[in-house]
Amino acid sequence: MFSFIARRIGTILLTMLCLTLVVFFLVNLEPNLKKLAISQTEMHTSAEQLESWLVNHGYRQNFFARYGQWLGVLPKQPITDPATGKVTQRFSFCNDPVEPKFSGVLQGDFGCSTKFKTTVAAKLFPALGATGILMFWVLAVMVPISLLIGILAGMREGSRTDRTLSVASIASTATPEYVSGVIFTVIFASWLGWLNGSAASASQGITFYNFTLPVITLAIYGTGYIARMTRASMVEVMTQQYIRTARLKGLSFGSVVIKHALRNALIAPFTVIMLQFPWLLTGVVIVEVMFRYQGFGYTLVEAAGNNDIDLLLGCSLVSVFIVLITQLISDVGYAFLNPRIRVQ
Amino acid sequence: MQIEYIGAFDVVLGVLWRFWPVWVALVLVMGVSFTYKKKLGLYGQLFDSGVGIAGVGICLFWLFTAIFASTISPFDPLAQVSIMKDTLPGAIEPTSKLVYYFGGDKLARDVFSRMVYGSQIVLIIAPAATGFALMVGITLGLPAGYYGGKIDTVLSFLANLVLAFPVILLFYLLVTPGIMDTPIPYALAGLFFLFPIIFFCVLFWTRYKNRPDRLYILLGLTLVIGGWIYTGLVFDKDPLRIVHIDPNQLNIFVAVVFASSPGVFRIVRGLTMDIKTRDYVAAAQTRGESPWYIMLWEILPNARGPLIVDACLRIGYTTILLGTLGYFGLGLAPESPDWGTAIKDASRLLRSFIHPALPPTIALMSFVLGLNLLADSLREQSMKD
Repeated sequence: MFSFIARRIGTILLTMLCLTLVVFFLVNLEPNLKKLAISQTEMHTSAEQLESWLVNHGYRQNFFARYGQWLGVLPKQPITDPATGKVTQRFSFCNDPVEPKFSGVLQGDFGCSTKFKTTVAAKLFPALGATGILMFWVLAVMVPISLLIGILAGMREGSRTDRTLSVASIASTATPEYVSGVIFTVIFASWLGWLNGSAASASQGITFYNFTLPVITLAIYGTGYIARMTRASMVEVMTQQYIRTARLKGLSFGSVVIKHALRNALIAPFTVIMLQFPWLLTGVVIVEVMFRYQGFGYTLVEAAGNNDIDLLLGCSLVSVFIVLITQLISDVGYAFLNPRIRVQ
Repeated sequence: MQIEYIGAFDVVLGVLWRFWPVWVALVLVMGVSFTYKKKLGLYGQLFDSGVGIAGVGICLFWLFTAIFASTISPFDPLAQVSIMKDTLPGAIEPTSKLVYYFGGDKLARDVFSRMVYGSQIVLIIAPAATGFALMVGITLGLPAGYYGGKIDTVLSFLANLVLAFPVILLFYLLVTPGIMDTPIPYALAGLFFLFPIIFFCVLFWTRYKNRPDRLYILLGLTLVIGGWIYTGLVFDKDPLRIVHIDPNQLNIFVAVVFASSPGVFRIVRGLTMDIKTRDYVAAAQTRGESPWYIMLWEILPNARGPLIVDACLRIGYTTILLGTLGYFGLGLAPESPDWGTAIKDASRLLRSFIHPALPPTIALMSFVLGLNLLADSLREQSMKD
């Protein structure tokens, strides 16, 4: 088991290295650097001034040297002003090293956000916290509801409850966040006026009024999928011999479901819930933009839209980490929950 | 000038009447399919259940809407009639006396016509992108599952690499206006569009190796047609000027294929690993068939059931991805009538007007729902056998 986890963590690190290299390559493409230089300098700057801005801010160093510096395996060189010969800071809002030193992601320095004019760490971690709260409520709504729907549908296969709930879960998987968000806003905010169509005020304090719409919008797309997986797993368990034995022993249907079927039927949905996280990440971006909630997704869109290199790299590192670590948890957890699976 | 309105009942009737070519085609196709359902194999079995009929019906509805879009829609989707700005559903356009059935949007365009024309974009890009993703996934997934070992390790690692990217980040990186100045989208397109040609060449080669009369015709056809489409799509240098794709459409096409082919790869790989243990594969191996013959003519036909179901689901998922791209304003032109862009434009103004938001959302949802219902009933039918 230990060597399995160690091997998986090795793969994760390799994947993260490759992915950050790809992202680093894509954000440093010539048109993207131009866009960054234009947005960071005054309007109507000449091409030479843009070029000198890029040189002065260190964007013209060798690609791999810069990647190494960002990663923290190469020392970051102080930037000297060619006119005065003195050491300068690239940006006024975060500190560059005065002497060569290792200062990259491995040392905990994520760099500077050119869009928000602060360090990446100061922007990214509060945003992650805000998204964490959103995710908590989404999971708190999504998991119990979808498990309940799946169990009710799968306990009597082919019954009317089963068919109704199955069609309902198919409908929910056909409703991406930008569709359900619009429909819920129209119904609950515009027509009924019960809820707020914007979660911008949720940064100050979360209330039922401003936070319900983002949560149900995000929850609805995943609910159908988890419910269908739970149903499939429940249907399979209900055909097992031990369920028939329990029924023939004279146990009531309800207690067979709760005592015998449920425990085995809930193993597969655990994996599915864990693997939902990558989808939730995309959903988070849509929902946070739609309801103007200042979280991770909002930060990612702002970083990508303005080609904020360090912030975008930080965002991709975090999201890739979340995706891979949830995959690992789902594999390890599955092996723990299901004694028939043995990891070599 | 005062704008006149028609009542809600007339709006419903009017919309139903505008769709008349769709109803005619739908009744014809459904009637014929229903009559001959015993002879139509898997497709005919779909008509045995309500879910299947609903799925086929919804999908055909949008297919015919896309085909007859110019007949159905009363207005040009890009035309702006300034007096109709933000009008409510049922407003009558003063000069032509035609009706804005679902009202006008903030740029005074007809919401109904835009929804109808939007179906064209979705129904061209989503199935085509899914088809290419299937080709890529099958061509790489078969050897990965069949040979295993190093080739499997490398390909699986690459697939997991793409899958570990959150889709939205991938799109923001791959579908920016700046990237069209670099060779990346064209290189990726050149790579992906090569796969169908390779696939069909290997397919015919393995089967008709010993029958040159057939082989050369089929190979020649593949290379001529494939090469023609290839030059048209990748280099935009079609000598006949028939095959043409806008650079930004090529870009989203490539991004969507890139995002969904690893999923196909994983499914094909899993299916191949399962099927290669069967007796008929062992029999083919004993006969001395080549590995690619076994993969393409023994394993692939037996994996078709799950693949068809997955293709249906995947077209729906691709539609959702296209909507996501439109919602973030990536790739597609800002005035494009596709549903995602329309939802983006309308959702910004939900506080003042809700009517431009509802038609594209319901259209997108119903189309994906139809595909999902179709996939569900296909799965049930293939399980029965």
